[in-house]
Amino acid sequence: MSVDLQTVKRVARLARIAVSEEDAERMTGELNAILGFVEQLNEVDVSGVEPMTSVTPMEMKKRQDVVTDGNKAADIVANAPATEENFFLVPKVVE
Amino acid sequence: MSDLTRLTISQARAKLRGKEITATEITEAYLSEIGRANPALNAYVAVTGDKALDMAKASDARLVKGQGGALEGIPLGIKDLFGTEGVHTQACSHVLDGFKPRYESTVTANLWADGAVMLGKLNMDEFAMGSSNETSYYGPVINPWRRSRLDTVVMPTTHQGDGGFVSAGGTRTARSLDNAQLVPGGSSGGSATAVSAFLCAGATATDTGGSIRQPAAFTGTVGIKPTYGRCSRWGIVAFASSLDQAGPIARDVRDAAILLKSMASVDPKDTTSVDRPVPDYEAAIGKPIKGMKVGIPKEYRVDGMPEEIEALWQKGIAWLRDAGAEIVDISLPHTKYALPAYYIVAPAEASSNLARYDGVRYGLRVPGKDIVEMYEKTRAAGFGREVKRRIMIGTYVLSAGYYDAYYLQAQKVRNLIKRDFENVFAAGVDVILTPATPSAAFGIADEDMAADPVKMYLNDIFTVTVNMAGLPGIAVPAGLDPKGLPLGLQLIGRPFEEETLFQTAAVIEQAAGTFQPEKWW
Repeated sequence: MSVDLQTVKRVARLARIAVSEEDAERMTGELNAILGFVEQLNEVDVSGVEPMTSVTPMEMKKRQDVVTDGNKAADIVANAPATEENFFLVPKVVE
Repeated sequence: MSDLTRLTISQARAKLRGKEITATEITEAYLSEIGRANPALNAYVAVTGDKALDMAKASDARLVKGQGGALEGIPLGIKDLFGTEGVHTQACSHVLDGFKPRYESTVTANLWADGAVMLGKLNMDEFAMGSSNETSYYGPVINPWRRSRLDTVVMPTTHQGDGGFVSAGGTRTARSLDNAQLVPGGSSGGSATAVSAFLCAGATATDTGGSIRQPAAFTGTVGIKPTYGRCSRWGIVAFASSLDQAGPIARDVRDAAILLKSMASVDPKDTTSVDRPVPDYEAAIGKPIKGMKVGIPKEYRVDGMPEEIEALWQKGIAWLRDAGAEIVDISLPHTKYALPAYYIVAPAEASSNLARYDGVRYGLRVPGKDIVEMYEKTRAAGFGREVKRRIMIGTYVLSAGYYDAYYLQAQKVRNLIKRDFENVFAAGVDVILTPATPSAAFGIADEDMAADPVKMYLNDIFTVTVNMAGLPGIAVPAGLDPKGLPLGLQLIGRPFEEETLFQTAAVIEQAAGTFQPEKWW
């Protein structure tokens, strides 16, 4: 399988990365080189093989359903580019 | 007293406990060496001098009272991927511009609890994506090792002087260093360079496809990626969560064992942290390997592998055989599919993990006319080329209609790779010996690799299988190539049998010796 310029632009949109025409053209070549490389996986017979879900055979740990943390609003917004009274500020989302 | 920077961790530990030196002295020695060397090597992206001296002072107070921890007063470098409270933590990316976490990663918290001193944050490939440390926002790290040339010097006919050499044939050979700058490998290139060039006593690193072992091999240092689940991932910037593991890079096998003991823990904050006590890895060093079964996988003999890598491998086999190990040929038939499967699984997980960098909660923000344009412009400006490439691949393979063909297929192949290892371990193999890398360190701005991303990816061909199967792997220096560059061997063990790796690596180290670069910086 290979990707064309339109697909690359669509994927960039899905990934929320702005790309110029030039970027998209360069990426098309690079992505096709990588997709060409991974193509060889199709020759592996995987009939009856389950996809891996966990590399170590273990049951996922579950913690007690209790509050262990909190009252850290100032810490949480400390690194944000724009805040107001412990809220993250973003451009208007709903008209 | 720059001599202090030459001490291994075990030597420094003895001198600190014996009150022959102080933590402040050794910390000052490292800070002054970093000041001199870092402009040339670019290993550190942030030096925390004041913090280091404060920590050293506290260590000295504890040492005086005989209350020192396992790493009391030992100055370490920390890869920029580890969250360190109030200190530069950017995964060497522009997108995390200015980020200083309000928390400490579990691994670094463990180190500080044992008394270690933080010298600063180490350079790395952006988000740990790279094999040459050239994708860092802070520029490439330089390998302290350089190629050397054997020059034939014509000697005038001389008589043998007192204690001088005999000029029998009229010529002799001398090594001279080449000026070409080499990469230290990646992604933990800053860690490997800092350890190799005596800019820290040891360093933390992380390994998703070979990022500890490949740079260790390129710099003549020891690097271990422990079993998945041995070190907590909590507070480490995530790349590919099912593959990422932290581990140390150190100057010798014993130092790596000392560091891993402190880094590893059982952590309720990481659901994949495994509930097993951390053993005393150092105790494994020096134990005989007589009767141990060492597997040699034929699939690691790849086309176009340089002669010196094959020769190194044979030397390693001979050393282990001489030490009483039983050498057996094994087959890991799905080896060649590990790298292509990795380049689906890792980008897929990365595209998901890196979705959080959107200019809202931390780091860089580039304004846009609406929120979507702000996301798109922020991510376009904040991520470098390699990171964007991997996010794009990951987004594509996870997108509607392609998930089964790519991601599901890769996760099935991953199970087959794991099964290959399980089969040989079930047949009684204790440890597997392979080369660590398919070549020695290469030049900065290598044109072939810049033109074709897959060429760069091939660096991880011997290491990536280990991440795919979640196993422990150690890279240990085993010799120099004809150009005088270090080469490493890799040992792969059963899950949670890191002790076997330290035990066997120590035998290789005993036979091969340790390697230091000639200082030019």
